[in-house]
Amino acid sequence: MSDVTWSEERIAALLSRFPPAPQGWVEAAAALPRLRTVLDDLVARAEADAAIRASLIADLETALAGSGIEPTPRAVAELRSRLEA
Amino acid sequence: MTPELTDAQLVAQCRSGDGQAWAELVERFSRYVYAIATQVFRLSEHDAEDVFQEVFTRTYQHLDRLRDDAAIRPWLAQLTRNLCLDRIRETSRTQPTDQELDPGRMDETLEQLDDALSVQDALARLGEPCSELLDRFFARDESYRTIGHDLALPAGTIASRLSRCLIKLRGQLEGRNSDASASGVR
Repeated sequence: MSDVTWSEERIAALLSRFPPAPQGWVEAAAALPRLRTVLDDLVARAEADAAIRASLIADLETALAGSGIEPTPRAVAELRSRLEA
Repeated sequence: MTPELTDAQLVAQCRSGDGQAWAELVERFSRYVYAIATQVFRLSEHDAEDVFQEVFTRTYQHLDRLRDDAAIRPWLAQLTRNLCLDRIRETSRTQPTDQELDPGRMDETLEQLDDALSVQDALARLGEPCSELLDRFFARDESYRTIGHDLALPAGTIASRLSRCLIKLRGQLEGRNSDASASGVR
């Protein structure tokens, strides 16, 4: 922390510099552990069965939604990249 | 907003796979990361969102690389800074701009955001109703009328409570500063 003298005016100014991040961003970041678990599970199933892999790749959004994950562009891109790796 | 754990304790719990701790870590630092992206580097909302998600994705993936759990704050600041600079370089290749980054201004803004994060920590420890009142008025930019309506209080009461809460928060910050200087810790 910088060497500051606290005053009510300065504290108020600093509070106003810290608006919350958009709720959806925070929720998406907080859901990362669950996303990781779901992706690991889907990739494991795809590796075990070529038919499952083909059906997942054909409709990534549904695969994610079916696992309770909001199919955001980022989540879809990550699943695609892991399935194609 | 009641941080019962220190940053180091929170990081340790995240590393052990505690999903609740991870959500708390995101909540604790989300404003900081957001403010660096939008106020220091002035990224667009779209670019800021990408950087924001990338910061927390990398943090989640590489938490075990953190040498000192208590250093999560500077680590996040550095990561956010690097990703913002990457984004600006990428954007300037495709959409050249005459907007220059001013290192002096950026350092000054970063220092202010570090102070703002310290104020937010103190605010969380202050507890209700002051933490909610101050956050809604100053950080969320809600009017006396909105806050008063939600809390069923007259606008004049909100104003006087805000004033009292600011004084209380100042005391919290000054008390912590005394402790910190005595113990030699943050």
